[in-house]
Amino acid sequence: MELLGNQILAGVATGAIYACMALAVVMIFQAIDQLNFAQGEMAMLSTFVGWQLMQWGVPYWGAFALTLLLSFAGGVAIERLLFKPLADAPILTHVAGFIALLAILNSVAGQTWDFTIKQFPTPFGWSPFLGSKLISTHQAGMIGVTLVLLALLYGFFQFTRIGLAMRAAASMPESARLVGINTSWMVALGWGMASAIGAIAGMLIAPVVFLEPNMMGGVLIYGFAAAVLGGLSSPLGAVVGGFLVGVFENLAGTYIPGVGNELKLPIALALIVTVLVLRPHGLFGRAVVKRV
Amino acid sequence: MSALQDLVTDVAAVPATPTKSLRLGMLASLAVLLLLLGAPLLLKSFVIFQITMVLIYAIAILGLNILTGGSGQVSLGHSAFYAIGAYSSAILIEHYDVHYGLTLPVAGVVCFAFGFLFGLPALRLSGVYLALATFALAIAMPQLLKLSVFERWTGGVQGLVVTKPDAPFGLPISQDVWLYGVTLAIALAVYLTAVNLLTSRSGRAMMAIRDNEIAACAMGVDVALYKTLAFGISAGITGVAGGLGAIAVQFVAPDSYTIQLAIALFVGMVVGGVGWLPGSLVGAGFIVFVPNLAEGISKGLSGAVFGVILILVIFLAPHGARQIATRVQHWMHRLRSK
Repeated sequence: MELLGNQILAGVATGAIYACMALAVVMIFQAIDQLNFAQGEMAMLSTFVGWQLMQWGVPYWGAFALTLLLSFAGGVAIERLLFKPLADAPILTHVAGFIALLAILNSVAGQTWDFTIKQFPTPFGWSPFLGSKLISTHQAGMIGVTLVLLALLYGFFQFTRIGLAMRAAASMPESARLVGINTSWMVALGWGMASAIGAIAGMLIAPVVFLEPNMMGGVLIYGFAAAVLGGLSSPLGAVVGGFLVGVFENLAGTYIPGVGNELKLPIALALIVTVLVLRPHGLFGRAVVKRV
Repeated sequence: MSALQDLVTDVAAVPATPTKSLRLGMLASLAVLLLLLGAPLLLKSFVIFQITMVLIYAIAILGLNILTGGSGQVSLGHSAFYAIGAYSSAILIEHYDVHYGLTLPVAGVVCFAFGFLFGLPALRLSGVYLALATFALAIAMPQLLKLSVFERWTGGVQGLVVTKPDAPFGLPISQDVWLYGVTLAIALAVYLTAVNLLTSRSGRAMMAIRDNEIAACAMGVDVALYKTLAFGISAGITGVAGGLGAIAVQFVAPDSYTIQLAIALFVGMVVGGVGWLPGSLVGAGFIVFVPNLAEGISKGLSGAVFGVILILVIFLAPHGARQIATRVQHWMHRLRSK
């Protein structure tokens, strides 16, 4: 029984990271209806920026805040320079654009900071959380930060003018434009927020998987799985999906014989395909009705 | 999906060309063919090997092109079918001593079956969702190939070594040149088949689905059948390329068929021009030679150089090599009418 509880809690903790990645994926999907295959690489670069700031002597939370700001600006810049001109391009061109971005970011990070793994500090420490042996304070911190982030996003979208404008621009761009919303900048804002959320995910997972240019590859796949499970149009769904995928991954790895570590990834992928086939709009997303 | 439709209705995949430009296209194809035929006489064996790989990738991209350009379904997972084809050939050659020429059709049939089966759930998906599902397939494939259950045949992580065939009848040419010839012949055959397929009744049915699924359905096209068929044919062609690739590289291992390969095939298709079959050769050349070129410019930043070149291609020629070919045709036409 203790093993079960332990695995579920550990699953929830890693699920928090998947939830953050899924949130970032959902942000961009809302804005431009595309899946950002370079999201993991963007988060990785942000984490490196944070690490570099700390190397220069900036204290953790200062570096954290500064990294979020820089990532936000970077996300907006990528949208303005690369994807705004492609706005009307077909999906194939978008995917190729994401692939180019991924290759560039990965190679730039590798060149600047090389491929050796680096330690990334955690502000929460590794001691047992509230005296329990089940999870560490860092894992509890990951869960806490994710929940706070979700609450902040909910508040932002529900109670601020600009949040309302972003929702309007996402659901009905043309009508939004008619009532005076600058939809083009709303898309850029979505990119900036996605980039900042990715930075949070990167900085939280880096103490666990260590910092290196390829660290986000696997995490992004689980992030996709989480976003698809929760529904690509729902931020809440992304978070719930993230936790579910984390728990599912851990339980499958522990209890299904023959699944061990080598089959964990294919299981996430089987999950993606199954959800897409059975319920394409996910648990919380709204179904898209196609007009004939 | 509407975006994809915009692209493909822009320029028809197999446009009804006026006779004059048809002649121009014929001339260009003949020139390329002559160059390819003459290549072994002039080039070193390493370059021959590289061109063999270009042809093999061209076959794989052609397969992908039939799926995306023909029936409008996106795939980021064709490395999986390439891998299945490669392993089918390798296992038959090494474990069962089958003649390598016979393993290629088998690889094609096996991949056709896999593609057809994968096409069934894919029927419910379109656009980014299909891209994601096939992406998942590509990521999962190396892990599945490593499974200990299949290790007796696949050789697990270590993979299998494949012996390279000698030229038959004691022909006085090297293994590389012989394999090049075989690849060229197969590439030609596949290309001609694909062109004929797309201009046939089935090809028109696929393109009708691509352009407007509902209208196609209303016209009596069996949408489900043709979509899965397109998946099967596409996978089968890519599988043949995989089998050839295994023989050419003389080695198969799970980590040769990662998502990188799927991305490379996809990029090759976009660079060559979606739905334009001759573009497959251009795209294959791009994915074989541009990474080398990028490495020549800067070793550490080769990925970045590759990315920048790709972005330039997207911005300057969003329809890839097809766009350049059309433009050249226009210029030629104007020159002649002056």
